[in-house]
Amino acid sequence: MANKRSWLKPVATAATALAIGLGASLASAADTIKVGILHSLSGTMAISETTLKDTMLMLIDEQNKKGGLLGKKLEPVVVDPASNWPLFAEKARELLVKDKVDAVFGCWTSVSRKSVLPVFEELNGILFYPVQYEGEESSRNVFYTGAAPNQQAIPAVDYLMKEVGVKRWVLAGTDYVYPRTTNKILEAYLKAKGVADADIMINYTPFGHSDWQSIVADIKKFGSAGKKTAVVSTINGDANVPFYKELGNQKISAEDIPVVAFSVGEEELSGIDTKPLLGHLAAWNYFMSIEDKTNSEFIKKWHAFIKDKKRVTNDPMEAHYIGFNMWVKAVEKAKSTDPDKVIDAIIGVKVPNLTGGTSEMLPNHHITKPVLIGEIQEDGQFATVWQTKGLVPGDAWSDFLPGSKDIEADWVSLKCGNYNSKTKKCSGQNF
Amino acid sequence: MPALLFLLALASMPLGAQETDAGSMQDTLAVEAVAPDFTASIARLGGGNFSERREAAIAIADSGDERSLNVLTALLEGRLYTASAIDAEAEDAPPRVLLAESDADDAPLRDILNNESAGTLAEVETRRIPLNNALRGTLRNLIARLSLADANPAVRLDAAKRLLAAGTAPELAPLLRERLDAETDDRVRDALALVLALAETNDDTVEVRIAAVEVLSGALDPEVRARLAELMANDAEPAVQRAARAALDSIQTRIEFYRFAENLFFGLSLGSVLLLAAIGLAITFGVMGVINMAHGELIMIGAYTTWVVQQWMPNHIEWSVLVAIPAAFLVAGLVGVAIERGVIRFLYGRPLETLLATFGISLILQQAVRSIFSPLNRAVSTPSWMSGSLEINPVLSITWNRLYVLIFALIVFAALLAVLKKTSLGLKVRAVSQNRAMARACGVRADWVDAMTFGLGAGIAGVAGVALSQLTNVGPNLGQAYIIDSFMVVVFGGVGNLWGTLVGAMGLGVVNKFLEPWSGAVLAKILVLVLLILFIQKRPRGLFPQKGRAAEG
Repeated sequence: MANKRSWLKPVATAATALAIGLGASLASAADTIKVGILHSLSGTMAISETTLKDTMLMLIDEQNKKGGLLGKKLEPVVVDPASNWPLFAEKARELLVKDKVDAVFGCWTSVSRKSVLPVFEELNGILFYPVQYEGEESSRNVFYTGAAPNQQAIPAVDYLMKEVGVKRWVLAGTDYVYPRTTNKILEAYLKAKGVADADIMINYTPFGHSDWQSIVADIKKFGSAGKKTAVVSTINGDANVPFYKELGNQKISAEDIPVVAFSVGEEELSGIDTKPLLGHLAAWNYFMSIEDKTNSEFIKKWHAFIKDKKRVTNDPMEAHYIGFNMWVKAVEKAKSTDPDKVIDAIIGVKVPNLTGGTSEMLPNHHITKPVLIGEIQEDGQFATVWQTKGLVPGDAWSDFLPGSKDIEADWVSLKCGNYNSKTKKCSGQNF
Repeated sequence: MPALLFLLALASMPLGAQETDAGSMQDTLAVEAVAPDFTASIARLGGGNFSERREAAIAIADSGDERSLNVLTALLEGRLYTASAIDAEAEDAPPRVLLAESDADDAPLRDILNNESAGTLAEVETRRIPLNNALRGTLRNLIARLSLADANPAVRLDAAKRLLAAGTAPELAPLLRERLDAETDDRVRDALALVLALAETNDDTVEVRIAAVEVLSGALDPEVRARLAELMANDAEPAVQRAARAALDSIQTRIEFYRFAENLFFGLSLGSVLLLAAIGLAITFGVMGVINMAHGELIMIGAYTTWVVQQWMPNHIEWSVLVAIPAAFLVAGLVGVAIERGVIRFLYGRPLETLLATFGISLILQQAVRSIFSPLNRAVSTPSWMSGSLEINPVLSITWNRLYVLIFALIVFAALLAVLKKTSLGLKVRAVSQNRAMARACGVRADWVDAMTFGLGAGIAGVAGVALSQLTNVGPNLGQAYIIDSFMVVVFGGVGNLWGTLVGAMGLGVVNKFLEPWSGAVLAKILVLVLLILFIQKRPRGLFPQKGRAAEG
């Protein structure tokens, strides 16, 4: 008997240990925090969005190395909405319902954001949107970590007006919602500053426009009126390459007619021969060339993660960096990933950005950022020629559009993203 | 009391000045004679902000030192560096300003002031003196001013042109008169005369102003027009105003003509791109009747081939494009043959299935490129002989890349026409496309001809890709942008007729470009499409329909 018992005991111990171990591992499998990544990996927008997917994977990986979040590991859930706007909504729903992710980082174009917005509001998810956009929106479920027009377009125009002495303006853009709204704001702003109608030329081109001969010739003609002329470009994506090529070939240099772009960053320049672009401008909240310790660390990590020393970093990547760290801090503060708690906790959260400052999440779900103007260098990087004194708080509703002047967004005191201060009414969540 | 202080200050000033002069004299005596102005300005170049640097550059140009031109050119080209002073103990010592011979890492550095060698870029810790647009512009103007006396007439001409582009500068008038008298080259004289006239429009004497306006009336330069418009509106003397108005009017009529010529070229250039994109389709769709939705992707394959060729011969970018033409023809042609043998040959006579299958192939090819080359666009370099423009006059200039593409498109067209009309393959292609059964009865291997024809069309699409890689993005979506336009051209020109494709492409290009300034790019495209639909309603078989019994009713 004694023999039998002594044989039983270790087996029982082993079994219990196994059971505990198994249970523990089961529990930990169910106990990861899931983070959704909603960026197109195929189709037109793959060119820009694939990089952001990789950035998110890197940030999550890094957080896991630090021990995860609330003692749990983070688990990325990557889906591919294939640059297809309705598919964005479907994939967002899949992430929130099927995968039960706690936060989603994603979207690039405004139309994809508009497409997923109702899904996030209906299912009460959280979306971090990393790209500069046209403003005029503030949803309880979305955090806008890219620039609002007052954090990019308006300061850029100010710079050209005051520092460069520009008197005549070409507003050139791709024909869709972001350029149209931004140009509307800029036109109103320029007119408020006393620029005459005849000194503003507005031009729209289709997506992927490649024959810029006539338009560049028009710009040249417009710029030969004896007043300093500049082009404010909201031309998006691919169309920029032939546009700049044509500028170079028609010998319009940055000294004659500078072009300030809002959608051209390091990533876009890495696909072009930048010599003819020397001196043209871009306005962003981050440049890879910024000399700062956090930035050089970020670049080093990025190169190690992507295993390619030639890859560049850009502004939307920084936006994801800020957004992700803000979310992590908010979750730690709320001690929960519950969307309602995180949405409340994240307001006022401050994290370092990559330009040496500290960005803060504001009650209107936008963040504070510095605005930098850079000139394109021969190596495809930007040299900062001007920057705002401090950080600029993002303004959801432009002060220069008649319709949105009186509208405020404040998710703390007003609990509303669209509060009309004249009629004292909140008209729904986004509109 | 304040008056006394003022006097004291006055009295001490020359003394102080002498002291500093003597100090710098001592410094310079040690090396060689350096104008004090020059020395101080060089030091100011190293530190300070952009506007201080600009002032320093102007001071250097004004100093009359013989090294000025060299220093300013180096600054503009980004070859000026600052490095901390050798004598590290002297805390106030300004940083040394070093000039590099070239951009290379092992380029020797020299101290500008004492001409001493200071190691190489790789050895010394240096910082390039940064530039911005305003500074670059100023530098170019200063360099132009300094190189007006250059030995090379071409340099003098560029300098005069640059000064003209810089606008009216009355203070330059004496210098310009002196140069004009000394100038021997006619073209430089003409350019200088314009610059001088521009400067003299500010003269106090009415006669000089009127004479200057008369000189200007022959020029098309935008600066001249801007100045004349200014004179017309603001000059105190009515006679000058009248002269300016007359000059401006005569310029305007000439400009109208050149604008028209420019628009025509833009139209033909767009037409040549359409022709290149469509001509391969004119074979596969026009001759064989295959609706090939993957045609755009064959163009894309050609463009990627160009990129790959450039990766293989990075030191011969100038010739890479020429090498890429046959390479792209072969690669795209082989892919074409593979598509024909693998898919299309099972689907002849079933247009809907062909359309769906080739559409699927186009998606597969796009995603394949995304997986192999990454979704990012690839940078295809433009050889230097294809960049820039041919300047006919200040209003009309034709960009080289567009001009070459136009010529290239016409060559490809002629070559294809020759293949179809003069070779035995061409004969068989035409035979099979007109009457397959009869051709086979005569001993033509119809299957083989089909594969070769499709390969030929695909290869030409690849060649179009080489040309497009010089004009637009090389990315996975390249093909999609051209597929609709290609079909439009072929249908408009008349299916099965190469001449129709040529006329169709050029016609659509020109119409598009003449509509564009008036309606905007977006609306112009829509209008062209609407016009095309109306045209097809009227003539369903296009501009040049195939005639004869073989053509289906």
